[in-house]
Amino acid sequence: MAEREVRLMKGNEAIAHAAVRAGIDGYFGYPITPQSEVIETLAQLRPWETTGMVVLQAESEVASINMLYGGGGSGKRVMTSSSSPGVALMQEGISYMAGAEIPGLIVNVQRGGPGLGTIQPSQGDYFQSTRGGGNGDYNVIVLAPNSVQEMADFVDLGMNLAFKYRNPAMILSDGVIGQMMEKVVLPPMKPRRTEEEIIKECPWASTGHTKNREPNVITSLELRPELMEVKNKALQAKYEEIRNNEVRFETLHTDDAEYMFVAFGSAARVAEKAVELAREEGLRVGLFRPITLWPFPEKQLASLSKDKKGLLVVEMNAGQMVQDVRLAVDGSLPVAHFGRQGGIVPEPEEIVKALKEKLQ
Amino acid sequence: MNKMKGAVVINTNRCKGCSLCVVACPYSVLELARKKVNASGYAYAQATNAEACVGCAACGTVCPDGCITVYRMKVEEK
Amino acid sequence: MTTDIIKPENLVYAKPALLNDTTMHYCPGCSHGVVHKLIAEVIADMGMEEKTVGVSPVGCAVFAYRYIDIDWQEAPHGRAPALAVGIKRLWPNRLVFTYQGDGDLACIGTAETLHALNRGDNITIIYVNNAIYGMTGGQMSATTLLEQPTATCPTGRTPELHGYPIDITNLAVQLEGTCFVSRQSVETVAAINKAKRAIRKAFEASMEGKGSSLVEIVSTCSSGWKMSPVAANKWMQENMFDHYKKGDLKDRTKE
Repeated sequence: MAEREVRLMKGNEAIAHAAVRAGIDGYFGYPITPQSEVIETLAQLRPWETTGMVVLQAESEVASINMLYGGGGSGKRVMTSSSSPGVALMQEGISYMAGAEIPGLIVNVQRGGPGLGTIQPSQGDYFQSTRGGGNGDYNVIVLAPNSVQEMADFVDLGMNLAFKYRNPAMILSDGVIGQMMEKVVLPPMKPRRTEEEIIKECPWASTGHTKNREPNVITSLELRPELMEVKNKALQAKYEEIRNNEVRFETLHTDDAEYMFVAFGSAARVAEKAVELAREEGLRVGLFRPITLWPFPEKQLASLSKDKKGLLVVEMNAGQMVQDVRLAVDGSLPVAHFGRQGGIVPEPEEIVKALKEKLQ
Repeated sequence: MNKMKGAVVINTNRCKGCSLCVVACPYSVLELARKKVNASGYAYAQATNAEACVGCAACGTVCPDGCITVYRMKVEEK
Repeated sequence: MTTDIIKPENLVYAKPALLNDTTMHYCPGCSHGVVHKLIAEVIADMGMEEKTVGVSPVGCAVFAYRYIDIDWQEAPHGRAPALAVGIKRLWPNRLVFTYQGDGDLACIGTAETLHALNRGDNITIIYVNNAIYGMTGGQMSATTLLEQPTATCPTGRTPELHGYPIDITNLAVQLEGTCFVSRQSVETVAAINKAKRAIRKAFEASMEGKGSSLVEIVSTCSSGWKMSPVAANKWMQENMFDHYKKGDLKDRTKE
């Protein structure tokens, strides 16, 4: 277990294995389809007997996220996972964590909505994830994996970003990535930090008031408007820093492309196949895949779009990321959207057809 | 014969004049100030009958704002 | 005469050392101040000043963190027990307690409260019940007594319109996870001493891993009740104690 290990497993299972290996201190969750394998796998792995990682099934998603708030506020590496309706319930806690600048990792294995919707995969929570999701001006760092490997890799990455910026981070996945089985290289074991290391690395955390410092108070509250605005501006400055430093994306055949698909997560996997089909037909098409949905790779997309004839944004929703794409390219080329909803994953053929109909 | 004598020191700036100490004192040592208020506008507690204090600390115990410090010592009755 | 007495060696009572000099924002006569003092005293008595994390609520006590010099976290409304569970599970050698009012605990936070208590998480919940929403201006809470008037039941609470007052502490007695459940008050010296003993027992049980503890402090809200602090204490004794009966309702700390 100390070494890298090649395994065949579901995306949800990879999250659980990666959590133990990434030295996570605590997982707090609540069952919901299609991600219950995360907590089930952790229950089988019994990491509390090996690394000392706490695994607790909470009474609700509201409780889970607030256990994260408490645990993260005390400097521990904490995470939860859920699916769309459950993540909707967590928004209060995520807003508080953002306001109090508390790190923590939230995994959303999306299903279709609104409401109870469907248990089938969807990307309908793009707005909720990239716009903050709860009350107030804030952002969450959002990573969108498109493979079981990235599910595993983004646990440590997401947690590291969360601590680097003292901000909640999210893995925005969906039922396709969560449920499908693929080969995955599990990362080597990383030890959990000791209490002494946490106190040293997180001087802001509520770990018990020692005489060498003032009491630490984890709070998002400030009633004096002039001080609250200072706090708001500091948050915005931090978000600007994240925008400048943490954009991640991937491209495929964009150099000679006339058209580009823009897609994330499981839709990007299908779009990758659509690129292949289009090129077989002689259509020079590329793919732009944002990996960070917030911060959105707007400059990079705008730059790569300069010599293109049009962009087709492929999503499993009614058109959400397409808004960020339009903002990024600012009317410089036609941008169309192709989406399937209700839990339906688009076929590569219909994506190519949509490109021809909407952009040619 | 020995007798307990007490004394109270009241942080009149911190006092909100709730008068819970006045009621709690078994020897009627305390009263709220008359026609006098502190910077916050409260008629604060004061020991107008200080000689009666035995230092039982009832006033300090019930004070919600921690305004009262209590001292006590044995004195010989002459 | 008094100047002879005022010497350090004669000191019998002073503001607890952990309670700082910041003037508390509570209304005159508010029970919160006394409960704050007791918590500050017990933490110091146990020598836990450097090993304690408090969780403050939404409500009048939201700013509890300004007054007691320990590490704190301020929770969303009703969620304090969930934060406390997160902290305590990850820092089992810390003393972790929540401080919540009846709006926070008995209304919006019942799920988090009952489940934390039922799991037997080694935390203490300090529950200040004054049967009203103080901070928002005296609205009815779930623990408002029948016939008690508030801003949202101005002619008094009626079961037909508003349901019955909820007794969370009695519910907590039934839960397997609780080791100590006590209901106290802080309007007299005798009551304050009992309340302090209850808080001490609860905190010790938390550190000994015996399960969860709930200490309810039946309290006043003179502003919300529209009474003087002295009259509010009397009204509490005459009305609240009939419905919210005081005493150690469950004690398994010796088992």
